[in-house]
Amino acid sequence: MSTVSEDVTTEVKAKLIPIFIMGKKYEVPETLTIMKAMEYAGYKYIRGCGCRGGVCGACSTVYRKPGDYKIYVGLACQTVVEPEMYLTQIPFYPAMRATYNFHELEGTPEEVYQLYPELFRCVACNACTKVCPMDVQVMDYIAALKRGDIKAAAEISFDCIQCGLCASRCMGEVAQYHIAQLARRLNGAYLTPRAEHLATMVANIDAGRFADGLNELLAMDVDNLKKTYQAREMEPATAGEDWSPKEAKYL
Amino acid sequence: MPINISSRNSDDRLKSKVHEISGEQFQKCYQCGTCSGSCPMTEHLNVFPRRVMALLQLGDKDALAECNTPWVCASCHVCMVRCPRGIDIPRVMEALRQLKLRENVNQIEPSQIDKKEIEKLPQIALVSGFRKFTS
Amino acid sequence: MKISYYPGCTLKTKAKNLEVSALACLDALGIEYEELPRWNCCGAVYSLADDDLIHMIAPVRDLIRVREQGHDTVLTLCSMCYNTLARANELMKNDEEKRNTINMFMDEEPDYAGEVRVVHFLDYLRDDYGWDKVKEKVTVPLAGMKTAPYYGCTLLRPGDVAIDPPDHPTVFQECMETLGAEVVNFPMSTQCCGTYQVLGNPDAALKISYDILRDATGRGAEALVLTCPLCDYNLGRRQDEMMTRYDFSTEVPLFYFTQLMALALGVPAEKCHFELNREISEGFLKAKNLLVKASA
Repeated sequence: MSTVSEDVTTEVKAKLIPIFIMGKKYEVPETLTIMKAMEYAGYKYIRGCGCRGGVCGACSTVYRKPGDYKIYVGLACQTVVEPEMYLTQIPFYPAMRATYNFHELEGTPEEVYQLYPELFRCVACNACTKVCPMDVQVMDYIAALKRGDIKAAAEISFDCIQCGLCASRCMGEVAQYHIAQLARRLNGAYLTPRAEHLATMVANIDAGRFADGLNELLAMDVDNLKKTYQAREMEPATAGEDWSPKEAKYL
Repeated sequence: MPINISSRNSDDRLKSKVHEISGEQFQKCYQCGTCSGSCPMTEHLNVFPRRVMALLQLGDKDALAECNTPWVCASCHVCMVRCPRGIDIPRVMEALRQLKLRENVNQIEPSQIDKKEIEKLPQIALVSGFRKFTS
Repeated sequence: MKISYYPGCTLKTKAKNLEVSALACLDALGIEYEELPRWNCCGAVYSLADDDLIHMIAPVRDLIRVREQGHDTVLTLCSMCYNTLARANELMKNDEEKRNTINMFMDEEPDYAGEVRVVHFLDYLRDDYGWDKVKEKVTVPLAGMKTAPYYGCTLLRPGDVAIDPPDHPTVFQECMETLGAEVVNFPMSTQCCGTYQVLGNPDAALKISYDILRDATGRGAEALVLTCPLCDYNLGRRQDEMMTRYDFSTEVPLFYFTQLMALALGVPAEKCHFELNREISEGFLKAKNLLVKASA
């Protein structure tokens, strides 16, 4: 129980607007986000709340507006309240994630089909794309996966925050965000080209190319180390493309 | 096999549902049998298409429930192009399938398809199979 | 005049041999095409329920993409995609009430009323390009090859999208004869291979596919020619199963018509991706001296 100092003002200066939280009407300041408004109304978030910064996907909210048939979505921590918003929170929507041993996979489309055959139930109704709070083209990445293009699916689904709203609206009962995560993992681990210069460097290190220099440093005492550090040769900030160090042993 | 014709087992609701979903006037069928003669799947059917139409006209819900015909039908449309009354029989079969599927009952389970099969099948097999056999 | 090209899901993976050889044919014939930059699976089958509109959304979206791309004709290679897109197109053209409902539902897309024309490669060649022009470009006639063109169902039925009369089609025969091959007509060339029953009743699909192969080979066909990847699966890949279940000992080579067309037009064999066909297919062509090696 915190002590509140007597001279803290509790007068609210912003205009109050009505919103409906789970069917019950509340008057809340119009400048608040949905999350803050619910807390203002007395609700305490113990689930469905995360980073409060719009990137974790925990606070997905579905709402409607008066006289409007459309379904609106947003993240509670980012969306500002509007008059007569009719809110419902979706803290967690059930969607099964397939279990697999990632190291046994190779990055083929067939592996995705074997783990998620329900992918083929998609009818391109686009409800998923419409409901995505991050504007991810969900239908497009599902279409890419159906034709075997894991790379495209990985790229299109990049902004996904795993909020689960797509799965909640899918009439084919597909868990799009889990499949997209698999696609991104497969793309990153198996399909994107490996950096050749990295492989070369690792090979050089393993072959002991830098062993002498490292051992020399390891054997130094602290004072010597400091002196060596201060005396090191550094590339000048204004150096051109053709600059090279005097000591070329480790290049 | 005798068919029991009685107002007691004629299901009008079934008939009107099939009519609504298929959009077809199956009452026009005069049992010529061309559909059965053309169907490539007869070897695997327990009730041929012609008889299914008759059972439908009689509204015999129980007998229709025993037919595997809508589930073995491959929607090849040969019956439809040859039917002298112009009845779109594949649509009637689709209606019979939908009546079952819309009860939220799948005829095949995507999660139970053999993984080796999934690896070999062309995508169109899975897409079309799920459309016809899952709800 | 450029046309749109709609591949379909399977052509990018399992039926790469159909796509790559077909696109090589388009190039060899001088037909300008442009693949749709954004497309989705068409659904493979056309929904036959009168009250079902949601399954029309997928093919209609693709037709809207064609219009967005700026073309009035879309070319398909897969028979099932042809059938689905063509029938959805007819619906949008002819049924005002459903058209309005579908357009209203797809509030994020522009309205569509069937302005695009859907064609399959076979009827496009016959009607828009002309067999004579194809014949002029044939450099390696498929001589000494007894082919059995297999239509399947979706190119010929129902009548409003059929590329030829369902009970006596000739377009595929015309195609193969233009390429110099001998054609063996057989009654089961228009019978269904079983299509999606490979999932529901695989034994039934296997049996009717076996009957088709038996009919064709019984009449002297050496190879079957196809247009659809699912027919290729039922009639081709499942031959291994047929050998264990039925009196079937000699494998039958199968080809997509575009692979044979590519060879006849002098396209190098690599573009036909015969490694995706049954193993005996390439050997069969070698024995007929039909494989053209790529010139440096």
